[in-house]
Amino acid sequence: MARGNIVVVDYGMGNLRSVTKALEHVAGGKPVQVTADPAVVAAAERVVVPGQGAMPDCMRELAACGLRQAVIEAAASKPFLGICIGQQMLFEHSEEGDVPCLGILPGHVRRFPAEKMFAADGLKLKVPHMGWNNVRQTMAHPLWQGIEDGSRFYFVHSYYVAPEDAACMAGATEYGVPFTSACARDNIFAVQCHPEKSAQAGLRLLANFIDWNP
Amino acid sequence: MLAKRIIPCLDVTAGRVVKGTNFVELRDAGDPIEIARRYDEQGADEVTFLDITASSDQRDIILHIVEACAEQVFIPLTVGGGVRAIADVRRLLNAGADKVSMNTAAVENPDLVAESSAKVGNQCIVVAIDAKQCAPGRWEVFTHGGRKATGLDVIDWARKVQLLGAGEILLTSMDRDGTKSGFDLALTRAVADAVDIPIIASGGVGNLDHLADGVSEGHADAVLAASIFHFGEYTVRQAKECMRARGIEVRL
Repeated sequence: MARGNIVVVDYGMGNLRSVTKALEHVAGGKPVQVTADPAVVAAAERVVVPGQGAMPDCMRELAACGLRQAVIEAAASKPFLGICIGQQMLFEHSEEGDVPCLGILPGHVRRFPAEKMFAADGLKLKVPHMGWNNVRQTMAHPLWQGIEDGSRFYFVHSYYVAPEDAACMAGATEYGVPFTSACARDNIFAVQCHPEKSAQAGLRLLANFIDWNP
Repeated sequence: MLAKRIIPCLDVTAGRVVKGTNFVELRDAGDPIEIARRYDEQGADEVTFLDITASSDQRDIILHIVEACAEQVFIPLTVGGGVRAIADVRRLLNAGADKVSMNTAAVENPDLVAESSAKVGNQCIVVAIDAKQCAPGRWEVFTHGGRKATGLDVIDWARKVQLLGAGEILLTSMDRDGTKSGFDLALTRAVADAVDIPIIASGGVGNLDHLADGVSEGHADAVLAASIFHFGEYTVRQAKECMRARGIEVRL
């Protein structure tokens, strides 16, 4: 196994090309590998779990690919970046399809509440939450290095994580309700936004992940 | 606070960006990757490619463009044009598109919207609606690049595609497209207020105030324009500065 390799976990949910290309762009020649092989995940130096689509499909595919245990072990042992669904699945349960998730972080995944989706001017807020929103950094973290507090990142989602342990909140965003847009604990960092689609701020976060030694 | 988006649109045929007036009279505007990179540097919030290639044997060209774009441009990319089947949706997403837009195929086969949304998630599915006014406060849906009337009412169709699973609507006024006289604000507002999913306003932008009008008067979540950016009249940054000066939240 190549040293310093970055592995993107492919469990059959959506396109991984954007994530891979963005990581390659900032990896300074370190290998970035897309894999569905649990052994490759286990041998990786650092692991990225992206994901799109519906949570029930994601949990089913993760199990069907034999990757569930490999992801749990990676999240317990090495630099781990969850993106979008890859963040949500770390929690105990999702309202989307009412499914249990990996239960690595305490808390739940909730849908934006329809009754709260109004802007200050009274216009309704659309769901999915789609576009560039501010992320307030609620803890100092190596992955925020060089990124101005409150920078905008690209979001597209209808569900968000509600951690039970406030200490794992790393970033907060407002959209009808305040929600946790980034979490961190030990070797885990996870974001609801898409750093691979968030221009300079996103590329910097990915570069910070590649340099991170928790 | 969520920013309103500015989306430059690139009409692509045979590997080149072109721009027409009222869906005809095409002018060459350059290399798609180069232009997409320029817009990214200027602060565009997304880029949209519309493949207007007529012949099916040239369909793969757009895939190569999308692949190259995904290697160099790190903002969301929407691709539409010629999407007929779920296999087309998958091919474009796998090449690096973030969203796929469908128009004629959605009207002819609404199940395609439902099926693709269920498979890839509604955040990836954009339904493009070409609208033409048929009476005061009424608009009809057209397909086949604006050549074919469908008899469908635009508001009804917008509500229907939301139910089918569209994550966003790209709404083009055929009456305004290419005229530089501004969005059809009544149309934009009627659709934006009728659905709960984001609306991208398109067709008719001639100056920066038109973009701001689309948001403030039209209630659009995003505004799309082509020629005012392609031919160097304005940069995306200037557009955002204008919108900010009018009190609109933008990413600058």
